[in-house]
Amino acid sequence: MLKSLHIDPAKCTGCLQCEMACSYEHHGVFNPSKSRIKVFNFEAEGRKVPYTCTQCAEAWCMNACPVDAIRLDAGTGAKVVHEDICVGCKVCTIACPFGTINYEQDSGKVQKCDLCGDNPACASACPTGAITYIDANWTGLDKMRQWAAKANTPAAAA
Amino acid sequence: MGWARKILRVNLTEGTCTPEPLNMQWADEYLGSRGLASKYLVSEIDPKVDPLSPENKMIMATGPLTGTMASTGGRYTVVTKGPLTGAIACSNSGGFFGAEMKFAGWDMIIFEGKSPKPVYLFVENDRAELRDASGLWGKSCWETEETIKHQHQDPQIRVSSIGRAGENQVLFACVVNDLHRAAGRSGVGAVMGSKNLKAVALRGTQGVGGIKDFKGFMAATTAAKKVLADNAVTGQGLPKYGTQVLMNVINEIGSLPTRNHKDVQFEDAAKISAEAMHEKRASDGKSQLVTNAACFGCTIACGRISEIDKGHFTVVNKPEYWGASGGLEYEAAWALGAANGVGDLEALQYANLLCNEDGMDPISFGATIGAVMELYEMGVLTKEQIGIDAPFGSAEALARLTEMTARGEGFGVEIGQGSKRLCEKYGHPELSMTVKGQEFPAYDARGIQGMGLTYATSNRGACHLRSYTVASEVLGIPVKTDPLVTEGKPELVKAFQDATAVFDSAGICVFTSFAWTLADVQPQVQAACDGDWSMDKLNLVGERIWNMERQFNTAAGFTRKDDDLPPRLKTEPAQTGPAKGLVSGIDKMIPEYYQVRGWTPEGVPTEETVARLGL
Repeated sequence: MLKSLHIDPAKCTGCLQCEMACSYEHHGVFNPSKSRIKVFNFEAEGRKVPYTCTQCAEAWCMNACPVDAIRLDAGTGAKVVHEDICVGCKVCTIACPFGTINYEQDSGKVQKCDLCGDNPACASACPTGAITYIDANWTGLDKMRQWAAKANTPAAAA
Repeated sequence: MGWARKILRVNLTEGTCTPEPLNMQWADEYLGSRGLASKYLVSEIDPKVDPLSPENKMIMATGPLTGTMASTGGRYTVVTKGPLTGAIACSNSGGFFGAEMKFAGWDMIIFEGKSPKPVYLFVENDRAELRDASGLWGKSCWETEETIKHQHQDPQIRVSSIGRAGENQVLFACVVNDLHRAAGRSGVGAVMGSKNLKAVALRGTQGVGGIKDFKGFMAATTAAKKVLADNAVTGQGLPKYGTQVLMNVINEIGSLPTRNHKDVQFEDAAKISAEAMHEKRASDGKSQLVTNAACFGCTIACGRISEIDKGHFTVVNKPEYWGASGGLEYEAAWALGAANGVGDLEALQYANLLCNEDGMDPISFGATIGAVMELYEMGVLTKEQIGIDAPFGSAEALARLTEMTARGEGFGVEIGQGSKRLCEKYGHPELSMTVKGQEFPAYDARGIQGMGLTYATSNRGACHLRSYTVASEVLGIPVKTDPLVTEGKPELVKAFQDATAVFDSAGICVFTSFAWTLADVQPQVQAACDGDWSMDKLNLVGERIWNMERQFNTAAGFTRKDDDLPPRLKTEPAQTGPAKGLVSGIDKMIPEYYQVRGWTPEGVPTEETVARLGL
């Protein structure tokens, strides 16, 4: 059963613990500028929105890569950049409609979310539950439950 | 290792930016941020220097936990000799600027001299340069941040700047970063203005690495975050209500200074409280509060993001104030509200927005308005002098005087000198509710006796953040003490002062101390920093920092008589509430406090104390 990152922006406080966790996991430093998840702060609206790769089934980046450096991890469903193959051509960054795969100057390769091998550091670090890692088939379950609770039906039919 | 081990020295007179290695022996003795920057300051300036002269220096400093995954690890301090007080000043701010400084590879930036023309410092990792700010001079903090990001075509730059208040050397001007976080007190923004330094813009992509024991650090920070999450104040109260959770609490215990401290309870406290910010307005059906928000790395998220009522008289034709923005926090709501008898929540938010926009400390500003209103009611100041009728409770006067002070117009110039100078000028120095020239924050010294001692002995003038004994006396953290008595308060204040110096110097937020004690901080520092950081050592570092600041103030000319409260708090008893009939017992506490501190009866650290602390 695959899981997926699920983001509820209404719970995000903008603390950037996720960005630090991501950068440490992949680069060994606390460094939001190397994070693969970014939190956007829409200041005048008071909204904070974490954003990262959704692991498209038919991934544009994977299809666009001319050297087959982006491959499916069948265990997690993540589309993973293989740095030893990537030539840094950046075609994937053009192909991705969401901007979630980006070039990284220091390595000369691209980087994107790889779900940390089935244990995403961002979700573990999030203090408010704005980022969770849940059943990929049921990302809507919690929302459904909330609406179901509002249905206000009697406890028993009889 | 926690520290970046590198500082940037900016000589504004010469226009040079020079990297230096961090003095690691001092880091071992003073930890970072407040303590370490103060050590640099006292070693480099004459204590008698005019705070607004080129000979004063200003240091922006991070701590070893700044820019790490330690909860609240995003703080930085601005350390200088304060123009409001003439004492050592250290103002602490959150937001994202502090962490960015660390990511750019710097522990601190020392500013010295004075630039011949307005400049801003731009730092991109190792590269640092002063740039022309003539086009920014005259702009607010908000416009400055927007303009710099636009000019550099980089929305990820973090900016700390002064507004028009700092340019005009308003003596309680702040340094504002990330739109609504501020190094707020003691007029550090006026020092920045006196140096013709408009802003500091940072972009750091190097990150913080080299944590001494990474596995241990993650375990320690994760455990400490759980303590915050499980605590009723940091896990529930602060995220939901912010610091404003205190408004009704402090009013009920009769310690909410009202109308320039004439009263200790405010009849409209509920109207300006956290609960009021949650309530839907009759006018537009929306609550003032939009959401809470976190500073960098903070798992508490006490920050308030609010939207003002667009139909309120203060903003009805000013759409630039209609968007969501910071406020109200407890101190601002008190100083702009109860201190002046103003119970109009929207007017307070308007005044608060202007304080953020142009960089003014709302505590000192609001408290000064309280003094102006009392002088007006006494007939000492007239409508003609002030420019508007200014009785207690006038939201119109509050709004107008905020505009005038922020922009340096009319009587606002006099307000910008703070209540001490203003009350002296008009013949009533006794009406200035200050210690060492700095206005009181939101706790009355008659109803919370420990806070009287806190204010009188604070090294930066009246301040609640130097030893927040409210935690013990009101909230029972870590143990409950009786707020109405003086017994045991000297020991309590000393313990809070020393511990707080460590929190500030580590680069974390003092609000964590609602849940954390030093024992929660120690494993995080120990895992991050080189060397041994035992509890004993941290306690000693805290006490060392306190005494170093004290020695600077003594050398600057402060004496026993400056550790005192205004006569009102010593002779006019509280008229209502649990503290009814009480005055501050400050005269009894001071000699005991000096003894507990190991100071002479004149309040000077003894030779023995100096030697024990390695000063």
